[in-house]
Amino acid sequence: MKSNDVILQTVTKVVVFIILTFGVELFLSGHNNPGGGFIGGLVLSSALVLLYLVNDIETVHKGIPFDFKIVAAFGVLLAVGTGVGAVLFGVEFLSQTFVHVNLPIFGETELATVLLFETGVALTVVGTVVTIILSISEDV
Amino acid sequence: MNNIIVMPMIIPLLTGIVLVFLRPYIKIQRMLTFLALVATAGVSLYILNSIQANGILTLNFGGWLPPYGILFVADSFSVLLVLTTSIVSSIILLYAFSSIGEARENMFFYTFVLLLIAGVNGSFLTGDLFNLFVSFEVMLLASYVLITLGGRKIQLVESIKYVAINVLSSWFFLLGIAYLYGTIGTLNMAHLSERIAEVGQTPLLTVISLIFLLVFSLKSGLLLYFWLPGSYSAPPTAIAALFGALLTKVGIYAMFRMFTLVFYHEPSITHTLIGIMAVLTMIGGSIGAIAYKDIRQIISYNVIITVGFILVGLAISTEIAIQGSIYYLVHDMIIKALLFLLAGTMIYLTGSARIEDMSGLIRNYPLLGWLFFLSILSLAGIPPLSGFIGKLYIGQGAVEAGVYGLLVIAFLSSLFVLYSLLRIFMNTFWGETIISEDDETPLRKRLLLPVVLLGAATIVLGIGAEGISVYVSDAAHTLMNPTVYIDAVMQRNQ
Amino acid sequence: METLITILAGVLVTVAVYLLLSRSIIRIILGSAVLSHAVHLLLMVMGGLKTGSAPLLGENASSYTDALPQALILTAIVISFAVTAFLLVLAYRTYQETGTDDLQELRGFIDE
Repeated sequence: MKSNDVILQTVTKVVVFIILTFGVELFLSGHNNPGGGFIGGLVLSSALVLLYLVNDIETVHKGIPFDFKIVAAFGVLLAVGTGVGAVLFGVEFLSQTFVHVNLPIFGETELATVLLFETGVALTVVGTVVTIILSISEDV
Repeated sequence: MNNIIVMPMIIPLLTGIVLVFLRPYIKIQRMLTFLALVATAGVSLYILNSIQANGILTLNFGGWLPPYGILFVADSFSVLLVLTTSIVSSIILLYAFSSIGEARENMFFYTFVLLLIAGVNGSFLTGDLFNLFVSFEVMLLASYVLITLGGRKIQLVESIKYVAINVLSSWFFLLGIAYLYGTIGTLNMAHLSERIAEVGQTPLLTVISLIFLLVFSLKSGLLLYFWLPGSYSAPPTAIAALFGALLTKVGIYAMFRMFTLVFYHEPSITHTLIGIMAVLTMIGGSIGAIAYKDIRQIISYNVIITVGFILVGLAISTEIAIQGSIYYLVHDMIIKALLFLLAGTMIYLTGSARIEDMSGLIRNYPLLGWLFFLSILSLAGIPPLSGFIGKLYIGQGAVEAGVYGLLVIAFLSSLFVLYSLLRIFMNTFWGETIISEDDETPLRKRLLLPVVLLGAATIVLGIGAEGISVYVSDAAHTLMNPTVYIDAVMQRNQ
Repeated sequence: METLITILAGVLVTVAVYLLLSRSIIRIILGSAVLSHAVHLLLMVMGGLKTGSAPLLGENASSYTDALPQALILTAIVISFAVTAFLLVLAYRTYQETGTDDLQELRGFIDE
């Protein structure tokens, strides 16, 4: 069944970018304010799900050729990896640290290893949510 | 700082994730899985010895000191179980390599096995109630997937029940955690124990402890075992063996931990209740074990009887009885894996799970028959084998505490175990041989090897009980003296 | 406020139990989802409700709410999310295989 939903498709083109930007904003603000990897990831994946909803699976897959199971696994690997990384530096498992760096445009910025951990969480969430939605919708 | 004690959880976890990337390379997957489990076993052996030298080891994640952060605590009891888990599961994996089939191996079978083991080891090692919940959930989610993997009708139907009952018990777990946090204000087990000792175990706290009893009974199959036989007989042999050997033991471990470390002030209520539940479990399990004709059902009911038997030790709660329970716990992990593998092999060879469809197998497969007989002897507690010493200590504990009722029922249940398994043995291995030599399915050596290894393990554990007695008595000592555990966690003696 | 939320949690549990006791798998899944939300609310109440302050933001904050229950709830939400998702896929697969979502009718397959 091919339905012609021009309005939905046109709106989606704009909205997806707004959602993605909001997702990244939530993700980055997570260190000291409400936000973080989990909800950031959920928002990001909701954008992807919207894309899948509006276009069909093949079209989206051409644009975003990832296997989302692998994305999820990579996310977990990154998150656990930061914990193990701490072990390699000879401190307690899951220890985090941060430095203040003077970046060219942003000025004085705090860079924390927890960001890596959160990236892992976000990737895991994106990967799992999309995998779940796809596996339910695959053969209807 | 002892980063090594997180390794029994991290090694399987990381390997499991890496295997996702190696999906097409099944040979490499097998090798990595096996190596990871052997490495885990090695690490836990090292930890076990280092505990004997340095006392209980703790690791505060991220350097957050207790009671603020989350932590892992390794005492002899938990590491002994971690070690047994790694050894038994690596032997079961050997069986899985040649029986589970490419289709399942392609669907991340090894990843989920490793996640299951990471969850089990995490539950054994954690020193924090909420982490216990998380580890339980990791283990359960992996088990949900394993029980459904392959997607046969019976698996799907059974797994819905299994998942539903576990969702409910997880809910009760969270409920208990919420109430406990509301009343005591901490979730660190050592800190909980300390605060409860200060304010006394009020009736409110006893009620909360009963919620935890309910949760762990559901997980371990103590009295609330109605879901167990169905879900343990649905999945393929190797997975059923993993479940039978590991999953109920985690519930039992949690019960031992909670009721010796945290809620030990009102034994007349909690421990009496555990005793009554253990008795009812053994009676119910015995009835089930002799009522069915399906081998897998009989063996699943044997799992239930054992749960009751081990918890008799907790109900008595003297050092000697606890020692018996620990011996029996270790023994049971090995012997239940062995039984499930034997039953699975018999079903594979004859194509039927009902005992009346088999006869005279000993002529076709003599070694298999003798191994089955060996496991019966071990379960019954015949002296040189591993079941003996645990039964002896639990019996001795019961006599010393003067609870003869428990003693009688515990040993009667052993007779029922013996009867139910001998019934399988007589019906299937003895009698007229109905499979002619031309028709018999060849028993591959690779299927037989893990079974032989487990059989050897029960003999070694029986004869070499002296060797692990140091660890067991240390474990029982720690369980009976909560201050040892608390001091180690709060780092008072350093 | 605590009383109100506790009552709300109770109402949610009632709804969830009603749903869980029905025969349709999809209602059971919805029931388990509602049930987990009830306990999340309870966890929050047990940590103490305070209005107007965030979890600890700096070393010299004048007031802050207990961050631990929030961390617990987040973890519990993630877990219940995963379990619900798994249950949905499982129910769907079972429906495909057996052609029914009625637990009473599913009983028959065990004897097969």
